[in-house]
Amino acid sequence: MQTKRPSFQFFAFGTDGTIFLLILTAAAIAVPVLNLAVGAHSPVHVPTWLMSLLGKYLCFALLAVSVDLIWGYCGILSLGHGAFFALGGYAMGMHLMRQIGERGVYGHPVLPDFMVFLNWKQLPWYWYGFDNFAFAVLMVAVVPGLLALVFGWFAFRSRVTGVYLSIITQALTFALMLAFFRNDMGFGGNNGLTDFKDILGFDIQANETRAGLFVSSAVALGVGFLVCRMIIDSRFGKVLIGIRDAESRTRFLGYRVEFYKLFVFVVSAVLAGIAGALYVPQVGIINPSEFAPANSIEIVIWVAVGGRGTLFGAALGAVLVNYLKTYFTGALPEAWLYMLGALFIGVTLFLPKGIVGSITDFPWRRKPKKGDTEQMTTTTVGGTE
Amino acid sequence: MSTIDARTEVLDTLLYLDGVTVSFDGFRALNGLSLYAAAGELRAVIGPNGAGKTTMMDVITGKTKPDAGEVFFNGGIDLRQLDEARIATLGIGRKFQKPTVFENHTVWDNLELALAGHRSVFQSLRFRLSGEQKDRIEATLGTIGLEALRGRQAGSLSHGQKQWLEIGMLLIQDPALLLIDEPVAGMTDSETEQTAVLIKQIAQSHTVIVVEHDMSFVRSLECRVTVLHEGRTIAEGSMQTVQEDPRVIEVYLGR
Ligand SMILES: Nc1ncnc2c1ncn2[C@@H]1O[C@H](COP(=O)(O)OP(=O)(O)OP(=O)(O)O)[C@@H](O)[C@H]1O
Ligand SMILES: [Mg+2]
Repeated sequence: MQTKRPSFQFFAFGTDGTIFLLILTAAAIAVPVLNLAVGAHSPVHVPTWLMSLLGKYLCFALLAVSVDLIWGYCGILSLGHGAFFALGGYAMGMHLMRQIGERGVYGHPVLPDFMVFLNWKQLPWYWYGFDNFAFAVLMVAVVPGLLALVFGWFAFRSRVTGVYLSIITQALTFALMLAFFRNDMGFGGNNGLTDFKDILGFDIQANETRAGLFVSSAVALGVGFLVCRMIIDSRFGKVLIGIRDAESRTRFLGYRVEFYKLFVFVVSAVLAGIAGALYVPQVGIINPSEFAPANSIEIVIWVAVGGRGTLFGAALGAVLVNYLKTYFTGALPEAWLYMLGALFIGVTLFLPKGIVGSITDFPWRRKPKKGDTEQMTTTTVGGTE
Repeated sequence: MSTIDARTEVLDTLLYLDGVTVSFDGFRALNGLSLYAAAGELRAVIGPNGAGKTTMMDVITGKTKPDAGEVFFNGGIDLRQLDEARIATLGIGRKFQKPTVFENHTVWDNLELALAGHRSVFQSLRFRLSGEQKDRIEATLGTIGLEALRGRQAGSLSHGQKQWLEIGMLLIQDPALLLIDEPVAGMTDSETEQTAVLIKQIAQSHTVIVVEHDMSFVRSLECRVTVLHEGRTIAEGSMQTVQEDPRVIEVYLGR
């Protein structure tokens, strides 16, 4: 009677996952079409600023999915994922800076403006190669991945878990923020990297480029979601949940818990880095405030609101909370932080499984468990007698 | 010198603990504990609360490193040098005092995760269940009597069923040595009887060490009994002999 589906099958992402991917595909097609092909006078026209805003939400959604992978399925509560996002963003920003070339204010062929301003005579070694797009894309994945590998190696091998792990991830992102604020680090200090001109030869302000970036973000989110789904549906994913729920049981069954955590932590960091890399050209700037510890906490709130351990719930939470943020920072700027806090407390108290988790738990969606049937039988028996 | 001695003595002994001492902040949870278990043996370990029974299992499974003493397994394997995962893959399975199963997985998945082999990250990413492995899970479900509950979330099982599932998770790895910490704690009388039958059945083809407080349960196992007290062995033999031992009587009645 046990019909097991093969653990690594494509297109096995369940009804909810399928709906999520369909919505994402529809958005990836409709939004650019409504921007490019529908005239500005039309009521259904999507202005470019809105398309970029939605693109930004998609990047946040991917970031939330990456956090949900480790927190929702492996119990690793990272409060420093903003760091991986920002590093991916900086890698992309460095490429975009080098693309500016002689069009900078100082017209230097190689050095970005801020280096000329600081009287630097030559490019620091770690800026080499970033003029090449493929190299920059590689670094978008490698830099966050490597940091996660080294950090995770020490943390997981020494069995740092729970709140201690959360605290050191906060310390990690805080330390990086301080470092990136320094001018002599060579990343533009507190101004960060900005004034980008083009990407792959396309004007970064052009509608078509913006549409391309939007579609890329949607594709990245879709692929990121599928990668996570495949990991979770494999036996590996079952081990992850085992680690989350009973770490020592998993260890005593012979699994090397630290390697499982390390693998999934690195995958998650790479996804966060990719999200950051797509975010930067759409908002036009990356600066050290992206490393702010509060940002990383906000990501966790998105996941909690949407529904931890559901992946698409995390994506939904990111879009929803960021929409509210956009709305309220415009309408009632002072109130936003209080709202965010209230939202988090409210969700924790009343929807502990988040929006998606609570919907899937609704009685009409729940398959009757043994307890329920028993109860039902008793009621029927009582009713007929 | 002691290694040589140990090796010769260890030959027909599956598990060899000698002079094992474990201190927690100066308090000796184990104080020169020695215990030898022969291959194929069923052994019960009893002793009052805090005697060091669980700590002994922690030492064998690599959770706690002893301050002194020797721990050898299956000839010359020095367990003090190895970590939990390695010891588990060597063939030592452990049931915790508090039943610990994967509550959010089904009974079937719990057993599947416990299947021997496929422990590395990349193996588990590509793993598919073979027909033979399915049969093995089926057989284990039969042994622990949970066939009908295979699809149930382990978290919704009764306390006794969780204990059986956890024993099944050990069994399916076909370990050389099973360490079972308090299997009948919190069980009803009939569950306790079934568990005794189950453990005796397992012991026909495995070496088993059972820790338990329940005397009638231990008696029903009809096996050699080791009595621990304050971190050391104070008596060993049949239940009958042990019960008549004046030191054992003192330890149990003096409390
Ligand atoms: N990690 C630890 N730190 C400090 N003391 C400990 C630790 N683990 C065990 N102890 C102490 O060591 C002693 C032996 O504990 P152990 O759990 O081995 O006893 P036990 O024989 O299993 O008892 P019980 O029958 O209650 O399960 C106890 O006094 C306990 O408080
Ligand atoms: Mg104990």
